[in-house]
Amino acid sequence: MTSAVEVKGVTKKFKTVTALSNVSLTVGKGELFGIIGADGAGKTTLFRILCTLMLADEGRAEVLGFDARKEYRSIRSRIGYMPGRFSLYTDLSVEENLKFFATVFNTTVEENYELIADIYTQLEPFKKRMAGQLSGGMKQKLALCCALIHRPDLLLLDEPTTGVDAVSRREFWQMLGRLKEQGITILVSTPYMDEASLCDRVAFLQDGTILAVDTPVGITGLFTAPLFSVRANEKHKLLTRLRSYPHAKSVYAFGSSVHYTDHRPSASSEEIMRYLSESELQEITIERIEPGIEDTFMALMKTDDGSHHE
Amino acid sequence: MKEWSSFVGFVVKEFYHIFRDRRTAAILFGMPVIQLLLFGYAIRNEIQEVKIGIADLSRDAVSQAITDKILSSGTFVLVKNPQSHSEIQSAFRSGAMSEAVIFEPASDREIQREGSMDIQVITDGSDPNVSRIITGYTASVIRDYLSESATTVDEPKGVVPVPLMMFNPGLKSVYLFVPGLMALILMLVSALMTSISITREKESGTMEVLLVSSLKPIQIIVGKVVPYFLLSFINVVSILVIASLVFGVPCRGSVLLLMAESLLFIMTALSLGMFISTITSSQQVAMMISLGGLLLPTILLSGFIFPVASMPLPLQVISNVIPAKWYLIIVRAIMLKGAGFAVLWQETLVLAVMTVVLIGASLRNFSERLE
Amino acid sequence: MSEPVIHTEQLTRKFGEFTAVDAISFSVGEGEVFGFLGANGAGKTTAMKMLTGLLLPTSGKAAVAGFDVFTETESIKKNIGYMSQRFSLYDDLTARENIRFFGGIYGLSSASIQEKSKALLSSLDLLPVADSRLSDLPLGWKQKLAFSVALLHEPKIVFLDEPTGGVDPMTRRRFWDMIYEAADRGVTVFVTTHYMDEAEYCDRVSIMVNGRIAALDTPTAMKDSFGVTTMDELFIRLVRPGAGEGI
Repeated sequence: MTSAVEVKGVTKKFKTVTALSNVSLTVGKGELFGIIGADGAGKTTLFRILCTLMLADEGRAEVLGFDARKEYRSIRSRIGYMPGRFSLYTDLSVEENLKFFATVFNTTVEENYELIADIYTQLEPFKKRMAGQLSGGMKQKLALCCALIHRPDLLLLDEPTTGVDAVSRREFWQMLGRLKEQGITILVSTPYMDEASLCDRVAFLQDGTILAVDTPVGITGLFTAPLFSVRANEKHKLLTRLRSYPHAKSVYAFGSSVHYTDHRPSASSEEIMRYLSESELQEITIERIEPGIEDTFMALMKTDDGSHHE
Repeated sequence: MKEWSSFVGFVVKEFYHIFRDRRTAAILFGMPVIQLLLFGYAIRNEIQEVKIGIADLSRDAVSQAITDKILSSGTFVLVKNPQSHSEIQSAFRSGAMSEAVIFEPASDREIQREGSMDIQVITDGSDPNVSRIITGYTASVIRDYLSESATTVDEPKGVVPVPLMMFNPGLKSVYLFVPGLMALILMLVSALMTSISITREKESGTMEVLLVSSLKPIQIIVGKVVPYFLLSFINVVSILVIASLVFGVPCRGSVLLLMAESLLFIMTALSLGMFISTITSSQQVAMMISLGGLLLPTILLSGFIFPVASMPLPLQVISNVIPAKWYLIIVRAIMLKGAGFAVLWQETLVLAVMTVVLIGASLRNFSERLE
Repeated sequence: MSEPVIHTEQLTRKFGEFTAVDAISFSVGEGEVFGFLGANGAGKTTAMKMLTGLLLPTSGKAAVAGFDVFTETESIKKNIGYMSQRFSLYDDLTARENIRFFGGIYGLSSASIQEKSKALLSSLDLLPVADSRLSDLPLGWKQKLAFSVALLHEPKIVFLDEPTGGVDPMTRRRFWDMIYEAADRGVTVFVTTHYMDEAEYCDRVSIMVNGRIAALDTPTAMKDSFGVTTMDELFIRLVRPGAGEGI
């Protein structure tokens, strides 16, 4: 057995909503694997099926070699799970939470301390503080410690960085990197595109369907059209102007610039510049750029007419 | 051994929750005492200081003697001597008077010659309970007079019933309320608090983590129940101590039996709380079911305030599924009548069966998954 | 910059000993998209509550849409729109009912609500689903509707509190398109967020650290002056030298 997670054709419906539709993916042992998708894409449902809290309607899921339906007990004692919302006891102190989860898993904090030492030393000064009084970043670190306390083989982290500031997010990802070095397989979901590049491999999930699974570099390789980054003094006018260009394929605001692709593979920045110069726009700059993960995701997303998009 | 320590850890955590949330602690420990004092002191069924009007139209020795007897009982306060029917009516309407006694003219002569007299008792029927009690009380005062005078004046005609209130001669309402209150508080503490504490974990997402752990469902449930079991028992003891020291409520039967029956009832209430938490996922719904579905029936249908026997048949039937009804019968029988297990085994059996059924249903319903 | 629509001088708010907002001064011009950034607990929410007339400042000066935050909070509330990620519309009402309700709250006449609701529903392509409950609509649609409803009474300023958390990149772009369009019409847009990449969409941004404004400039100029390539790095630079991990 070389894969930690094996999902084949999993479908899950809730009344009228199809949360997951024919999802298949494989996570190798020791991999740091990211599931990227927006709210409602099906990330949480997938995680709940993997940690055996839900049953798939169709298809099968294997976790650490055990069947998620029949052998759920074996899976539960071997995984560490961090649900999407903060799920520790807010009226218990940092220390008490950790101790509690250690006893729940029939272990002690001392037994596996070296695994969490790196993270817990940051929490130590506040160990008497109630978990509810911690900052978002601290809460996530504590939740991670609690999920690790029984030395699981697989970590399932559902949106661990949502609502956490940039500094804590970065630290959190550094911790994941170190855990990976210790041989723990990590499956993490996130709505943030920029976190995709920190994973070994990622899967894009949209409306319950997997759009692509690949390494971050492999993913951007799927984007083949020439991409231009355009700037001008007035962004709204720039967007409108570019969208009315007959050859425009996609025009999206992208931070302080606008990302533009053309229907013609041979499109050149000079041509676009000429078109834009005919308007009242000023300070125009056009630059050919390499696509990022977010560009690729948007290109892969199923596109209807535009306005009626979920 | 490890299983045991993880269980102890669970119970300890539960105690942290209880003592750190001031509201929970207040409900657990403040409420029983406050309710007992409230029911014991403020809410009484005994009638005192009834405002009475006496219209003595016969003005003879008999009417005078009865009037004296009524007024000397301490229950009645003479507010006026109405002269006409319209005066009586307006006094009732304004609330200045709750009872009027009218001695018809020439009662002395009639009672001596015919052995009968006409005394009219009028009460304010807008409060039927009070009205019934004071009518009865007035009637008993008059009967008393008649039986006293019978030896000297005449043989009484017919049979005169002599009431004796067994077990509670003073008709003290606190005797009634203490058992009811025990049922109420145990219901509230055990069922409401357990159901809320389980649903709180569902709401906060911690249940997800507990499920995905090595804990078995039975460990989670028992771990949740044990603290409330202990606290409920402390409540029973403290209610009994207060009832006996402050209000002088006796326990005529075996204290041991009373404790054992209370433990059984606590189990019934806890299993009800568990059952509620398995069919709901939010604290709010659990609270509503506990309050609406348990507390109100416990107060209204168990016989706590309204006697079951005087309810319409459908309600009597419903009252049978209310655990508090059976517990009330048991507690009253032990405390006030000194009854033993031999008389109470049927009620005990009912509670035991209810508990087993509820625990079975909760275990079956308790999902190891989120669906 | 044209006449400022929001102007603060040494605006301060204390809670007991704790200074949540510490003498902040800044101006936002008409039609500007202004990003108000900071970590959780940096004082963003407190500052925004003062600017929207929900909380009285301890000291300093501030005017919003020309009204004083100490004395004219009622006028401020009439002249601003507000949308947050957590609360914006009622999920159990239909789109049409939500528009009617909020129009009523903002004091629009029922004739004008009728008219605006029709125009709004058709411009957002929501006519076919105008009478189904919002809970049945995708998040992206709800967001667009919420934004339009916040602009229903034609306020001069609209405050957006963490508006695009959790949406997919496409929906987020559509939302920013709407923001730019409103700004183009002269509406000032005040966006709070703790997502740094969101900041790059704004004309200017301020970054709050421990109750103070640590930086205020256009995203590009700010990155250049700190010599970093992303707003994330910039933010980490600003927060790091302080107490380290914020609590």
